[in-house]
Amino acid sequence: MLVTPTELRSAEARQPPSATVGGIGVPAWRLIMLAAGLIVILAVPFGLKNFFIFQITLAIIYAIAILGLNLLTGFNGQFSLGHSAFYAIGAYTAAIMMENMGLSYVWTIPVAAIVCFVFGFLFGLPALRLEGIYLALATFALAIAIPQVLKSSVLEHWTGGVQGIVIIKPDAPFGLPLSPDQWLYLFTVAVAIVMYVCAVNLVKSRTGRALIAIRDHPVAASAMGINVSLYKSLTFGVSALYTGVAGALGAIAIGFVAPDSFTFVLAVALFVGLVVGGVASIPGTIVGGFFVLYVPNIAEHFSKGLAGAVYGVILLGVIYIMPAGFAGLMRLITGKMMRQGR
Amino acid sequence: MELFLHQVLAGLATGGIYACMALAVVMIYQAIDHLNFAQGEMAMFSTFIAWQLIQWGFPYWLAFGATIVISFAAGVLIERVVLRPIHDAPILSHVVAFIALLSILNSGAGFLWDWTIKSFASPFGSGQFLGQTLINKHDAGMIAVTILLLLLLYLFFRHTRIGLAMRAAAANPESARLAGIRVGWMTALGWGMAAAIGSVAGMLIAPVVFLEPNMMLSILLYGFAGAVVGGLTSPGGAVFGGFLMGVIENLAGTYIPVVGREMKLSIALIIIVAILTVKPSGLFGRPVVTRV
Amino acid sequence: MSKLLEAQSLCAYYGPTQVLFGLALDVNDGGITTLLGANGAGKTTTLRSLSGMCRTTGDIRFEGKAINGRATEDIVRLGIAHVPQGRGTFSRQTVEENLEIGAMTRRDRKAIAADVERVYGYFPRLKERHRQQAGTLSGGEQQMLAVGRAMMLRPRLMLLDEPSFGLAPLVVEELFGILRTLNRSEKVSMLLVEQNAALALDLADHAYLIETGRLVMEGPAQQLRDNENIRRAYLGY
Repeated sequence: MLVTPTELRSAEARQPPSATVGGIGVPAWRLIMLAAGLIVILAVPFGLKNFFIFQITLAIIYAIAILGLNLLTGFNGQFSLGHSAFYAIGAYTAAIMMENMGLSYVWTIPVAAIVCFVFGFLFGLPALRLEGIYLALATFALAIAIPQVLKSSVLEHWTGGVQGIVIIKPDAPFGLPLSPDQWLYLFTVAVAIVMYVCAVNLVKSRTGRALIAIRDHPVAASAMGINVSLYKSLTFGVSALYTGVAGALGAIAIGFVAPDSFTFVLAVALFVGLVVGGVASIPGTIVGGFFVLYVPNIAEHFSKGLAGAVYGVILLGVIYIMPAGFAGLMRLITGKMMRQGR
Repeated sequence: MELFLHQVLAGLATGGIYACMALAVVMIYQAIDHLNFAQGEMAMFSTFIAWQLIQWGFPYWLAFGATIVISFAAGVLIERVVLRPIHDAPILSHVVAFIALLSILNSGAGFLWDWTIKSFASPFGSGQFLGQTLINKHDAGMIAVTILLLLLLYLFFRHTRIGLAMRAAAANPESARLAGIRVGWMTALGWGMAAAIGSVAGMLIAPVVFLEPNMMLSILLYGFAGAVVGGLTSPGGAVFGGFLMGVIENLAGTYIPVVGREMKLSIALIIIVAILTVKPSGLFGRPVVTRV
Repeated sequence: MSKLLEAQSLCAYYGPTQVLFGLALDVNDGGITTLLGANGAGKTTTLRSLSGMCRTTGDIRFEGKAINGRATEDIVRLGIAHVPQGRGTFSRQTVEENLEIGAMTRRDRKAIAADVERVYGYFPRLKERHRQQAGTLSGGEQQMLAVGRAMMLRPRLMLLDEPSFGLAPLVVEELFGILRTLNRSEKVSMLLVEQNAALALDLADHAYLIETGRLVMEGPAQQLRDNENIRRAYLGY
């Protein structure tokens, strides 16, 4: 029996199904989620006690730091285990500006951004030659080196050596009836919104596509005319910028910087947060931020002596259930829902 | 000059530790194609097991042998049980799994045996080696064992069928399956061997740095660095890299004043990165040429 | 002739996507069957399904035994050698090591050594380069190595995925001549997937034609070769 190709083709020609979930289109869902999110975010400082506000501020700060790491590792494929270094540089920049130079905390954010961008870009240049595991080692070396540099007697005059620097938490401006924690929360959220919007725009732009092309197939990318070296170094810079800004915010929120706060343990935590949230997922970084903040605490709550073990078990469980992170899980669920909605 | 020589030899002695660790790192890398960050903690846990056996009255060499066997079994078990569920997950998720393992082992060891420093016996005795002043008996023994291990591994991989099967499974798992090789079990075997080698490294290192749950961290790092500098595809290179790390660390600490002592680790690592930028595949690694 | 391999209602999936839709395919004992089709038609997927390398439903029987759902390593041990697309060379190992890997499931040391010599007999160029790293061999030599590696298994059935791909015509002729010899003297049955229809129809005795995951034609190779309309419409010559 002969079946001709044209007959086969028309049998399979079908309209592509439009994606709906429960009758509402996907773009509409996105707006609903965003609106709901904004309401929740703005309600926080007025509904909770100061300590919780402080914690959520920290979670958002970690999320920004993870977003920086995500730009480099998730979207550009450069493996970094050293982002604690950029976080530290941002934090110390803020601390030195506020305590040693007496400048306002507001200026620390853009300055930390620029300083960290430069550091990131400079580190990105030799890193161009390294791939995968070698790059991971080099960045890990950076994470180890930074606390040692910060402790060294040579820079003690600026960094305060082992003891670090204490910062006074800023009060709300214009005499607004807000506690420092409440004000800092709102300040952090404002900065976060700006940075997330920029990140989304970056990823969706031609530059973003170039970054992803470099991650997926560097040779093809360069064959298409993308200046791979320049983009990779710039991405390092931008990534460091984000994490550095997070560091500066963190310093202001906590009110204290010391070398031992920024060891490789932080770098590893940021990396874990990245994977748990979902590599190359911008919303996932928020999940990652909360994970980094709360899960170690939960682990300690379970068992003081075995806190690390509990943390490890939780982490394994999370990876088993969501091998592609929280974002991966969401994709699976919405994928299934969309198929059923046809 | 005498000082220089002394420091080089002392560096070689500590380098022996790093070389042993580097060997274990390369073993695992050849078996699974990425680095296992939990390697150091596995070695530390094994050493505690050895310590416990000795505390219970086992003679040293019996405890030594038993620990190697137990570690081998544990390595196989970890691969088959803990890592099986995420077999197809992206590499970054595997790294997180290793981090989880690291955390569990570290915390577990501290819980079972507490965080105080313990001393661990050396099978080579104390005192200087052959009467001279530069290296002591334990250091000499350590170097000898490392080189012996290297030799055994070389013979295993180059001249046994199962060694070839393991190399095939790591190099090209799909083709290996098509040759009938049970790739999953080869990987598990690789883990077992790496765990066993790690336990030897731990038991050799503990007499020098004293036994406590955090003992392996910087050593693992030097081991990684040594393996990477030597070239991850070359066990001989890894051993060389380990010795090199020991020497660099010692010389940096001695000859770069003040800063050197505080930042030995950083300086050593910076030198590693510098070497890598010049030779991205390591000193003895074979650059992987991929057809586009 | 009895059937060495029979597949019924074979469906294959990559994740949630279905790519093969109810294939029925046989290979006769001692015969050479060819599976033809354009790029993306599902030829490679068919071979991968037979080797247990993707998710399948349906019935696959080899020498009467059901093999659907079994692991690749087990299917191979039953006597099916798969020469994959792209040759699957162990680039970092030597030529001789590649052949030894092919014999990994066997225990008979002396016979293995004799088989290595036999492979060199078929492919003298491999003997010349037996200590070379396999990745440095040319495309044609790697293809010969892949076939040699499959031979080391002493298979009853060989699955070949586009063996002519990227090879110079003279080399292809040589290779296909050797395949014919293997089939005649060593009694190795073959299922040959090819884009080069002329070549395949010349070698095979039975042919299938696949298009977007469905079989659209089957018959003796001679018939497809001699039917000008079919040749022009489907086989491009």
